[in-house]
Amino acid sequence: MENNNSHSQNSHSYGIYILVWLALVVLTTVTVTVAGLDLKTLTVTVALVIASIKSYLVITIFMHLRSEGKTFKVFVMVALLFLLVSFILLFADYSFQ
Amino acid sequence: MSADAVTLDSNDKEPSYLDFKGKYSGIRGWIFSTDHKRIGILYMIGILTFFIAGATFGFLMRLELISPGETIMSAQTYNRFFTLHGVIMVFLFIIPGIPAVFGNFFLPILIGAKDVAFPRLNLFSWYLYLTGGILALLSIVMPGGPADTGWTFYIPYSVRTDTNVIFSLCAAFVLGFSSILTGLNFVTTVHRLKALGMGWFKMPLSVWSFYATAWVQVLATPIIGITLLLVGIERVLHVGIFDPALGGDPVLYQHLFWIYSHPAVYIMILPAMGMVSEIIPVFAHRTIFGYKFIAFSSIAIALFGSLVWAHHMFTAGMSDTGQFIFSLLTMLVAIPSAIKVFNWIATLYKGSIELATPMLYVLAFIFLFTIGGLTGVMAGVIAIDIQIHDTSFIVGHFHYVMFGGTGFALFAALHYWMPKMFGRMYNRKFAKIAFWFVFIGFNFLYFPMLIMGWLGMPRRYYDYLPQFHPYHLISTIGSWIVIAGLLLMFYNLFKALKSGPVVTEKNIWGGETLEWQIDTPPIHENFTEIPVIEESPYQYKENDLNLDENKEEK
Amino acid sequence: MSTQEHAATHTHRDDYGARMGMWLFLFTELILFGGMFLVYSVYRFTNQSEFHLAATELNTIIGTFNTAILLTSSLTMALSITAIQKNNKSLSVFFQLLTILLGLFFMMNKYFEWSAKINHGLFPGSDELLTKSSGEILFFGLYYVMTGLHGLHVLVGMILIAVMAGFTSRGIITHDNYVKLENTGLYWHLVDIIWIFLFPLFYLIT
Repeated sequence: MENNNSHSQNSHSYGIYILVWLALVVLTTVTVTVAGLDLKTLTVTVALVIASIKSYLVITIFMHLRSEGKTFKVFVMVALLFLLVSFILLFADYSFQ
Repeated sequence: MSADAVTLDSNDKEPSYLDFKGKYSGIRGWIFSTDHKRIGILYMIGILTFFIAGATFGFLMRLELISPGETIMSAQTYNRFFTLHGVIMVFLFIIPGIPAVFGNFFLPILIGAKDVAFPRLNLFSWYLYLTGGILALLSIVMPGGPADTGWTFYIPYSVRTDTNVIFSLCAAFVLGFSSILTGLNFVTTVHRLKALGMGWFKMPLSVWSFYATAWVQVLATPIIGITLLLVGIERVLHVGIFDPALGGDPVLYQHLFWIYSHPAVYIMILPAMGMVSEIIPVFAHRTIFGYKFIAFSSIAIALFGSLVWAHHMFTAGMSDTGQFIFSLLTMLVAIPSAIKVFNWIATLYKGSIELATPMLYVLAFIFLFTIGGLTGVMAGVIAIDIQIHDTSFIVGHFHYVMFGGTGFALFAALHYWMPKMFGRMYNRKFAKIAFWFVFIGFNFLYFPMLIMGWLGMPRRYYDYLPQFHPYHLISTIGSWIVIAGLLLMFYNLFKALKSGPVVTEKNIWGGETLEWQIDTPPIHENFTEIPVIEESPYQYKENDLNLDENKEEK
Repeated sequence: MSTQEHAATHTHRDDYGARMGMWLFLFTELILFGGMFLVYSVYRFTNQSEFHLAATELNTIIGTFNTAILLTSSLTMALSITAIQKNNKSLSVFFQLLTILLGLFFMMNKYFEWSAKINHGLFPGSDELLTKSSGEILFFGLYYVMTGLHGLHVLVGMILIAVMAGFTSRGIITHDNYVKLENTGLYWHLVDIIWIFLFPLFYLIT
């Protein structure tokens, strides 16, 4: 159900935010450590995967997407899909040049 | 259907939005108004002014092309003219066009709302539009003169040329922002402000079009924003991103440019198709055929339209694989458009057709858009495109879809909704005469381009080989016929505004959507009481075979 | 589905709609930067070794530090909203001001980073840079434009939060009317997310 003026479902306790922040700091540490390991091409993949996880945490918890209705989630999917598809099709050209 | 004399329908208690006295009076009551109807009119003034400016450049270009060699302008001037013609027509007329004028005025009414979701943002969008227009005009008079790059601003030339590229880039950027905010407003409006009982599948089809368009405006426009910003940064700071001498890739620029500019053509055509879907049922006196197909096809066009951009780049230097993929996807995007055309024609079948002026423009739309669309599909075939890319064929193609399509739909909407917006009726005979001038002139103007392009006439050239002369001659004369028609059309409409017969009847055409149930012109808040929706739109009682519901036959 | 209020009331409050509008605006920002990431990815793909070489000029420690600063600022922003939801006005203002302060640290770091580079002659159009390979020129071009554009957004965010802090102290933002603060928070988090991707792509590819 969508509320007009109250959003008790959009509130979190202080605690969960701090937990997420800790997770983000840990993930950052992991990324930096992995970068120092010289895994060549795997570094980028790992870095992007970790960045995506961090972004997921920020979007779902800090930005409350987890507690918003289905509509917002679909919106975010559509926007990300647009970017993803542009990226894929762009490389449909560049990968084969 | 009387169009003069006061009728009993007029609401004597509340003034219309035109006479409404808000916080400000006089001109300030208009330029500070957050009333979506007034904002729609403000846009209308801008849109039509820039259309006339763009058409003037087009007229002069055709004058140059009436004979080979230099006729009235140098090659350099011709380059600036086609750039201005493109920038003005694309960014200041066609892209904002129907959404900014008719979307703003009618979207809230069509869903039973008092205004859009963000009225002040709406006004801000108009300020941005005005600013963009001023910047574009400034580019003409500031030192350096107007840009000569074409509206596509391809690098490296757009980075090297000494003309006022920066002004044009700024104009396009600001206009893009205006477009984004309008789209954002419309998406939210459709989600949040539909009247009670109006589910998604009871919305008028023009609302579906505005909604799909709004999504494309929000998602695709930022790409042109960043692309043009980067060209400007390249010009000023020489970062190398778009300078081949420093490692920049011109093909990458084209990719980025078209990732927006292809979806942009769907921003142009989707609202136009929405107008057609509104007008056909009214003047065929039949329920629209295939409501859900038309609604979903709007979404499909918006979706598939984001997948095909590189069909503008088949000769640019892409990989074979890339070309193949984009050509394949291009074939797909024609399908939802075709679905709409079939549904419109099916709506006409066994209808009681009334050839009022809006209907004339709409029928012409179907014819012209089909030619434009089919030539587009031809261009999507790589082997054909290698021959016709950058020729007059392409110019003919996109004018058939943009002008014959969106332009004609805009004229249709003007003639359909003007009486409701202003409470004045135009002279119907002159309107029809003007239509025939525009329609016949249009085909003389653009069909020869298809032929001579096929035969090798390049685009953006002010000079040409003698064998193309007859085609250019016919085309230029066609442009005069079109202009005559447009002048008559505008004269007719302006005269109606000033001294045409007053209309107070709520529903002069017999339409079934909500705008025909409110006052003419509407009151400030549109509805005295927000309706509760029970029926689907387009429920025409006569000649209705109920083909899509019950499969019964008369 | 929402209902229309009676015609007599002229304004109606729709927090959900306000958030919807904000999310849509954020998409445009996401795609604006997304376009830049598209450019980055193509140039990196076609200039891999030169990108690696150029990236050695960047200071991973400052980059990591800035990442930590921005992540923490997202935390303080989120906490400021919880505070106002719990009707703790001064705590909310405190967290908002803390967020601004963290943003300021970020910008100061950026300033030091950039001036160090510029002092070494590594800036767009410099003679020093023009002696390098095109891949390296592109790397630095992208570096300055992307971090510059991002920094601009950090500045705008700081100003917005300052305005919100003012609203909160003056009681315009309250425990049952705080969608402005939420929306500002959304903006700030997006700025953080963009940096989450910028950081590894520029600082961690050596």
